[in-house]
Amino acid sequence: MQFGKKERETVLDPLFNNNPIALQVLGICSALAVTTKMETALVMSLAVTAVTMCSSLVVSLLRNNIPPSIRIIVQLSVIATFVILTDQILKAYLFEISKQLSVFVGLIITNCIVMGRAEGYAMQNGPYMSALDGFGNGVGYSLVLMAVAFFRELFGSGSLFGVTILNPVTSGGWYTTNGLMVLAPGAFFLIGFFIWAIRTWKPEQLEDN
Amino acid sequence: MKQFSTTYTYIFSLVLCLVCSILLSVAAVGLKDRQVANEQLDKQKSVLMACRMIKAGERVTPDKVREMFGSITPKVIDLLTDTYAEGVDPETFKEKDSPLLPPMDNAAGLSEISQYAQIFQVKKEGKVDRVVLPISGKGLWGTLYGYLAVASDGNTICGITYYSHKETPGLGGEVDNPMWKSYWPDRKIYDADGNVAIRVIKGAAESPESDPYSVNGLSGATITSRGVSNMLQFWLGEEGFGPYLKKLREDGSV
Amino acid sequence: MLEHHLSLFVTSAFLENMALAFFLGMCTFLACSKKVDAAFGLGCAVIFVLVITVPLNNALYSLLLAPGAMAWINPSLADVDLSFLSFLTFIGTIAAVVQIVEMVLDRFVPSLYASLGIFLPLIAVNCAILGASLFMVERDYNFAESVTFGLGSGVGWLLAITALAAIREQMRYSNVPPGLRGLGITFLLTGLMAIGFMAFSGIQL
Repeated sequence: MQFGKKERETVLDPLFNNNPIALQVLGICSALAVTTKMETALVMSLAVTAVTMCSSLVVSLLRNNIPPSIRIIVQLSVIATFVILTDQILKAYLFEISKQLSVFVGLIITNCIVMGRAEGYAMQNGPYMSALDGFGNGVGYSLVLMAVAFFRELFGSGSLFGVTILNPVTSGGWYTTNGLMVLAPGAFFLIGFFIWAIRTWKPEQLEDN
Repeated sequence: MKQFSTTYTYIFSLVLCLVCSILLSVAAVGLKDRQVANEQLDKQKSVLMACRMIKAGERVTPDKVREMFGSITPKVIDLLTDTYAEGVDPETFKEKDSPLLPPMDNAAGLSEISQYAQIFQVKKEGKVDRVVLPISGKGLWGTLYGYLAVASDGNTICGITYYSHKETPGLGGEVDNPMWKSYWPDRKIYDADGNVAIRVIKGAAESPESDPYSVNGLSGATITSRGVSNMLQFWLGEEGFGPYLKKLREDGSV
Repeated sequence: MLEHHLSLFVTSAFLENMALAFFLGMCTFLACSKKVDAAFGLGCAVIFVLVITVPLNNALYSLLLAPGAMAWINPSLADVDLSFLSFLTFIGTIAAVVQIVEMVLDRFVPSLYASLGIFLPLIAVNCAILGASLFMVERDYNFAESVTFGLGSGVGWLLAITALAAIREQMRYSNVPPGLRGLGITFLLTGLMAIGFMAFSGIQL
């Protein structure tokens, strides 16, 4: 095992050049609902990264032995197994957060990133590279998630990781919280502006109307 | 691409299923105890928060919670007869095992109400000092679930907490705000005629001494505020814990 | 009773809209909303699959998976709790139902298959479908409620995607800043639509 240029690219490429959320619009389903707080977003990010990495690794190990006719359902089972494991561990060790994440941990199963990496990369590549690719995509996903959560928590509740930064009026402070940020539409707007920013920075990613 | 026989496909899927299910069963069984303990701890914490034995935002260790809970005894009340339910173990009671009350129109807007309700008595020097009652009712988006702590006079509120709700964050969601919760203690539930008088008003209420039956409204959340008033109206009234609190008020030792 | 179901239907279609309030089914929501016909077809397929899978998963859960659910087979099984298998079972059911529906349609209703067929494989991994089943368990719906809930969330999703597609068709005539073209503006539009749907909040039936 080595970590050279090719490996580094595999990990870093999904962060900016080919970010799964911002460019391929994959996996935002479960991403947005948990971004009202940094804490839940962080746990969700870790869960998705772990699941993507492990399932890519296992699918890649099995890739030469999976009969093509049941390929999709095999991938789904492997992913579902890791998701259930994650869910059980969260319930046992991080109960409060798992309560807030509720059904969204389960929805990692249908997260297009996990499925997309298993089908698109792990089926053709070796285990080591597949795990790195899964890790890279997981981190790329986490990056967007954390950025959205940062703005939503800071402006929506005046805090970061539950620590008050801008003291809100409702607790006797001065900051009038921005209600839009904590509601669903706030997340859509943030992602929209996020994509706008990335595409202005990297014009080759522009698309037609 | 390699060719696979049908038999191979069957065997492959069978082995995969076996491996996955064994892995999951081991994990589920191994972690079960911790998960059950967590759930119980979570409930105990809410009860302790309602009677303000834990302050908002305070981090308490599980051992501390269990120790504090030592002075608390759960009881199960039968809402039809207004006595302690017979043949139900209060320690292991689960709400879903309870029969339902006949459907009725209720102020709380609940479609189903369990006949049995688990309450908690906080004892001090062998006497009931406070009782913690479960409350629930419709808000704007969904049902709010919480606990209300009442002093042993059956009339003075000690505290309130909601452990589950779907209200709009920042508006109705402010039921979680420690500031709002701090308006509750020392307010009175019943007026001189014994009617439920406590309600959440629009705007700010006076101090508990001069304005004992009103609590500050949640700004921008009229429907949630009204929901809170309505659920108290129901749960503290005749159909709910009213008769029980009356007994507590009259002889002080239930 | 009817009132309760009507209220559940309205809540699941408008207030708790799968796409706009819970962000579910977003991948397909954004990818397939360029044309109204395609969006409408996909929406119909989603309703179809939801109405079948949510009640089916409800039955599976309440008869086999829930804690103590297997007591009807043998009282000695009353302590068995298989709820940890629910994710796996649900996704399996969904994949199987989609496959079966596809085959049945192909065999007996070829005209419907021609219009819905291409969308069905997409739906197996649509978060809205799995999400509906998970919400059904979390909110403790009974069988009848799960039918209404499945239908309601499906209709809500159809409305959302068709409306978005209609707006996107008109967007072609607008001069959108280059960086926002395509995805960016779609997200902003979805945000505005979500605000619109929130206007239904507080409706009590």
